[in-house]
Amino acid sequence: MHDVSGQAAHHAPPQGFVRKHVFSLDHKVIGKQYYALALVAVLTGMVLSWLMRLHLGWPNLAIPGLHWISKTGAPGNLMTPELYLQLMTMHGTIMVFFVLTTAPFAAFGNFFLPIQVGAEDMPFPRFNMMSFWVTFVAFLVMIASFFVADGPTLGGWTQYAPLSAVGAVAGPGQGSGVVLWAASIGIFCIGQLLGSLNFITTTLDMRAKGMSLMRLPLTAWAWFITSCIGLTAFAVLMPACILLILDHVAGTSFFVASNLVINDQLQPHSGGSTLLWQHLFWFFGHPEVYVAIVPGMGIVSHVLITNMRRPLLSAKVMIASMGAIAFLSYMVYGHHMFVSGMNPFSALAFSFPTLIITIPATIITLLWIGSLYGSKLRINTASLFALGFISMFVSGGVSGFFLAQPSIDIMLHATYFVVGHFHLVMAVAAIFGIFSGTYFWFPKMTGKMMNETLGKLHFWLTFVGAYCIFMPFHYLGIMGNVRRYAQFVDDYLQPVLGVHKFITVAALLTGAAQLIFLYNLIHSHFWGKAAPENPWQATSLEWSIPSPPPFDNFGGKPPVVYHDPYQFGVKGSMGDYIMQDSPEPSPTGD
Amino acid sequence: MVRENMATTVHQPPQIRTRPDPSRLGQGRNGGGNPTRAGGSPRVALDDSSPASRTGIWVAIAAITMTFAAFTSALVVRQGASLEAWHLVLPRILYLNTLILLASSVTLKIARRRFRSFLLGAEGERVAVLRGLYATLALGLLFLAGQYMAWMQLKAQGLYLATNPDSSFLYLFTAVHGLHVLGGLAGLLHAIRQLGRSDLRASTLAATSHYWHFMDILWLYLLFVLWMRL
Repeated sequence: MHDVSGQAAHHAPPQGFVRKHVFSLDHKVIGKQYYALALVAVLTGMVLSWLMRLHLGWPNLAIPGLHWISKTGAPGNLMTPELYLQLMTMHGTIMVFFVLTTAPFAAFGNFFLPIQVGAEDMPFPRFNMMSFWVTFVAFLVMIASFFVADGPTLGGWTQYAPLSAVGAVAGPGQGSGVVLWAASIGIFCIGQLLGSLNFITTTLDMRAKGMSLMRLPLTAWAWFITSCIGLTAFAVLMPACILLILDHVAGTSFFVASNLVINDQLQPHSGGSTLLWQHLFWFFGHPEVYVAIVPGMGIVSHVLITNMRRPLLSAKVMIASMGAIAFLSYMVYGHHMFVSGMNPFSALAFSFPTLIITIPATIITLLWIGSLYGSKLRINTASLFALGFISMFVSGGVSGFFLAQPSIDIMLHATYFVVGHFHLVMAVAAIFGIFSGTYFWFPKMTGKMMNETLGKLHFWLTFVGAYCIFMPFHYLGIMGNVRRYAQFVDDYLQPVLGVHKFITVAALLTGAAQLIFLYNLIHSHFWGKAAPENPWQATSLEWSIPSPPPFDNFGGKPPVVYHDPYQFGVKGSMGDYIMQDSPEPSPTGD
Repeated sequence: MVRENMATTVHQPPQIRTRPDPSRLGQGRNGGGNPTRAGGSPRVALDDSSPASRTGIWVAIAAITMTFAAFTSALVVRQGASLEAWHLVLPRILYLNTLILLASSVTLKIARRRFRSFLLGAEGERVAVLRGLYATLALGLLFLAGQYMAWMQLKAQGLYLATNPDSSFLYLFTAVHGLHVLGGLAGLLHAIRQLGRSDLRASTLAATSHYWHFMDILWLYLLFVLWMRL
């Protein structure tokens, strides 16, 4: 298991293009590769959502070029309901797995975790390289399903059985589309398990001298906690995918009950349990939302502390709350299944921890707000996006209180209320965390500064846009607007078509605003102002080395850590802060 | 495997320790980190100085445990959902395979004990270590062959993967466990190769053997679950 082939101490830097940039063992290159993958994935997912939104707003609109995506699904470039569902499934899957998991956790975590703990690299660089390339293959397999006869699966990112398990009889894409989906997600799980293995061992075993656990920056804690969640969650999703594939290709009956008739055809399966898939899936699925959000919590804390120039009210409480969220995340998954037909008593049993998990989440929010109160926050794009994260997290989180109660959830389940809830609290919040991290760490990752004016413009357009898109979802949901319907032209939802049009316009404009970010990212990468070593006067170890860092991070001189991660508001030799590896004494003695 | 021009890891070129280094004894994990750097001398890169593989193997074991917990819960739910009562007699050869797997753990244990005295300077013990590792490898392969025989026996009875829930789980458990055993065999081969080059670390061997023993325990557990059910 132990990789010892990379040589240590005074080894030469990697030579050749392939070793340096493609099959690199360097955690920083792997982190950037993950970031690039997430960027491609998020653009794909966003285009898919535009197509869906266009159809929801203007159901009879022919979308030029739609037949390129699916011949059967778009006669005359008009979207069929099946194609709508296929786009929706791929949007959800790509965003959750290949963006919200890869960017905040795998991309930033790979790049910065080893540096922040003071290590040259992760302990198993080969596993690390495999982790990325396996994830990349998973993405290719997922995209490949666009190119099979029936197109991708239409079962939603949750892929509920039995319709996901019986094959093509359940609709276009439910045959080979589901098999490709399950194979892709199974492969993805392997990649994330390898990544988590590296993250956990890096945090526990690779820390520099003096870097005790309590001296780890909050980002490092967040990645560590996330990798613990990921390790257990992905280890459960993988067997679920294996069982799903077996139901397809080997004719087993894990998820299909006896005597099931689909499309007038009696299914040959017998004796399986439909609920089993939901249990296995949500045992992964709920922790997964914390895989997406906890790294964001770490990034936001890190960015805010640096820009407030003072530490959080209590870093220990922050860490304990993130830990509590991780622990509780396994006991709440049943709240996705209140209307699944499971025992009402279990609904109650899942409702309690669901309400309890809001306590650590609230504590974290209050820690941020309490620490912000009265601070002279430096307003830059990174800190704006961190504030935006808090805003989205709170706005989306509040609707969670309603959904956590089975009696109310029966009304709101499978409506746009839920869609609005999870997009704000998990998706947009996590994306804001990614943006915050990007604007904050870009100088370190590339050695170039990003344009702050464009950044702030990008923030305000995205911030206002995200609310315009997702706030109306809640009202639609309360009105009874069901999710996953391709169009609402002939029924009681006709009057809300105007709202859908408004959301569509907002989505297109907000999406267009991301071009500013893309331009900023690419332009700054090549022509940006050179970044100094420590542009934000931050204290953690990544700011003590050149930008971009050399291949062995610390140039062969391992750092020694003398201080807590956030020594701000003190009298140091360089200003109002003391770096973690600075031997000068701190007035607080930490 | 390319051995030059690698990107970074923190490990020194692996070296066999000849004498315990008192300065390293009792060093805790907390804040320890990057152990190869201590003292600045490459000789301090002791073969048991890297706790990462030790932690790593427990992390891997935790993940595998979760995977099989998921399979077990599937079995329990599936059993509850199924109205029919299936009765499948476990192929007898499975019990023999169990004994073979347990024996392989014993040979690995012996190899590890010999390796300790080899580290302390008994150069002649290298052969004994090798013999133990090869024996483990052979028994592991024999176990896998035995599992395959069990499949053949099931097939002869007309029991296939999809025939009934019990046969599904029997095939599934043996296959997934077998894949993990293959991983253990790869670890053993890795250790044998490193021993041949005299750069086997005690921590590598420890990780390999923890994993291997875990395969035993996992198999006993799966056999128990299947036996309870069938």
